[in-house]
Amino acid sequence: MSKALLKGLALTLKTFFRPPVTLEYPDEKRPVPDRFRGRPALVARADGAPRCVACGLCEKICPSLCITVVAETGPEGTRSLARYRLDLNRCSFCGLCVEACPVEAIVMSGEYELASGSREPLVLDEGRLLAAPDRPGEERP
Amino acid sequence: MNTDTLSLNLGPQHPSTHGVLRVVLELDGETVIDARPDIGFLHRGIEKLAEHRTYHQIIVLTDRLDYLAALSNNLAYVLTVEKLMDLEVPRRARYVRAALAELQRIASHLFWLGTHAHDLGAMTPLFYALREREALMDIFENLSGSRLTPSFLRVGGLAADIDERFVESVRNFTDTFQGRVDEYETLLTQNPIWRSRTKGVGVLDAGQCIRLGISGPMLRSAGVPLDLRKTQPYSCYDEFHFEIPTGKAGDVYDRYLVRIREMRESARIARQAVDGLPEGPWTAAGSPPVFPAKEDLKHNITAVIRHFGLVMEGMKPPPGEVYHAVESPRGELGFYLVSDGGPYPVRLKVRPPSFVNLQGLVKMVRGRLLADVVAVIGAVDIVLAEVDR
Repeated sequence: MSKALLKGLALTLKTFFRPPVTLEYPDEKRPVPDRFRGRPALVARADGAPRCVACGLCEKICPSLCITVVAETGPEGTRSLARYRLDLNRCSFCGLCVEACPVEAIVMSGEYELASGSREPLVLDEGRLLAAPDRPGEERP
Repeated sequence: MNTDTLSLNLGPQHPSTHGVLRVVLELDGETVIDARPDIGFLHRGIEKLAEHRTYHQIIVLTDRLDYLAALSNNLAYVLTVEKLMDLEVPRRARYVRAALAELQRIASHLFWLGTHAHDLGAMTPLFYALREREALMDIFENLSGSRLTPSFLRVGGLAADIDERFVESVRNFTDTFQGRVDEYETLLTQNPIWRSRTKGVGVLDAGQCIRLGISGPMLRSAGVPLDLRKTQPYSCYDEFHFEIPTGKAGDVYDRYLVRIREMRESARIARQAVDGLPEGPWTAAGSPPVFPAKEDLKHNITAVIRHFGLVMEGMKPPPGEVYHAVESPRGELGFYLVSDGGPYPVRLKVRPPSFVNLQGLVKMVRGRLLADVVAVIGAVDIVLAEVDR
């Protein structure tokens, strides 16, 4: 057998005794980085209502056209959110909505296990978007 | 109909065609008489989509062209728009862009190396190459929040400053990477099986490459030291020291050697970029296409108005047409933009290196064995998302 082949075999044998680099997902999970772009989530005010002011910039900037914002006139005559819909079937997780939001009312959460058996559960309304699990170490205003 | 020959579909669902490439082979026994590549299975109309997107939104589309080198696509696109708008980008942003483009080149070449070797029967290099690629994916993920589709570059700079771990993790990577490349070479470079599968296979000489418009490692493996990083430096490449590896034979083996050496050079460039990283702004703040800082939106009404204007109407480059190309991992990646002064481009044309390089396929496989077709396709290093767009 050629010397080059033996050298290769020696390397693979040596590697066999190195510690493994793989992670036993889903039993083990990597920590989610701070900037991770998981499923978008709405940020709540102290009273629990969405911080969103229904300006519609996220809807405008979304390159996948997956956001629908419906505004209404609130009790004090101000513009406020009537309905927010985000279609994860279309979302490309690019984060431009976060960049566009002038009041930091939408963030990319750390949630990434989004598989679903049908399409309907992936169309999220403001209620489901608010209930995003917190990322460790992240403060929700 | 000739009954002596056999028509065989290689792809579009064949692992060795690296995506959805279909090649209709005309075989006489195991010898390829003719080959007809059939492309378009992954056509998503990205160039057409771009005509209905703002210049800012198109960055997200460019990620989805060559998904193995998304940052190179981001870079080529933002440089084109910046050329159109005649915009000066801060040095820090240019250094980070260069570092990212080189890390992306390594990541792309690693994936190529692993899959190409796997196609030819060597399984171990795939595991080793993906091990190092994973470290790069982690760097991209920490920086931009996404592994494959970072969308991290912006017209005028970056989407954000580098994260605090970036410099250290690039240093850690480059410290160990040359030794890792030695490992791949131990497995392949002198390996008699590898050499017999790749030497003298898929030869295209310099003249043939130039006539077909082939660029990148394929051209350089034929002995032409053409690299846009040297000939038309962008993003401060003229400030880094690096070599342009070339081959002689223009065969599959020399393409392998060129890419292996390119990975080593790329690691050197990335290291120089993070070591010499200038302080300063990471985006051309205040210039028309750049969003105002989020902090300013809270108390500065002018910033709020400008922010709303940028989102609602988009940036409006002056009318004109412009072409800019970068050296992507696969070759000359160029964007051609036509603007009428409006918020959407009138036309966006991508010059995809994979598409052009693939044109050499028929010349390379005619008269060769069926098994060589797999070696040749692998050595072209195509990404079908870029070929079909």
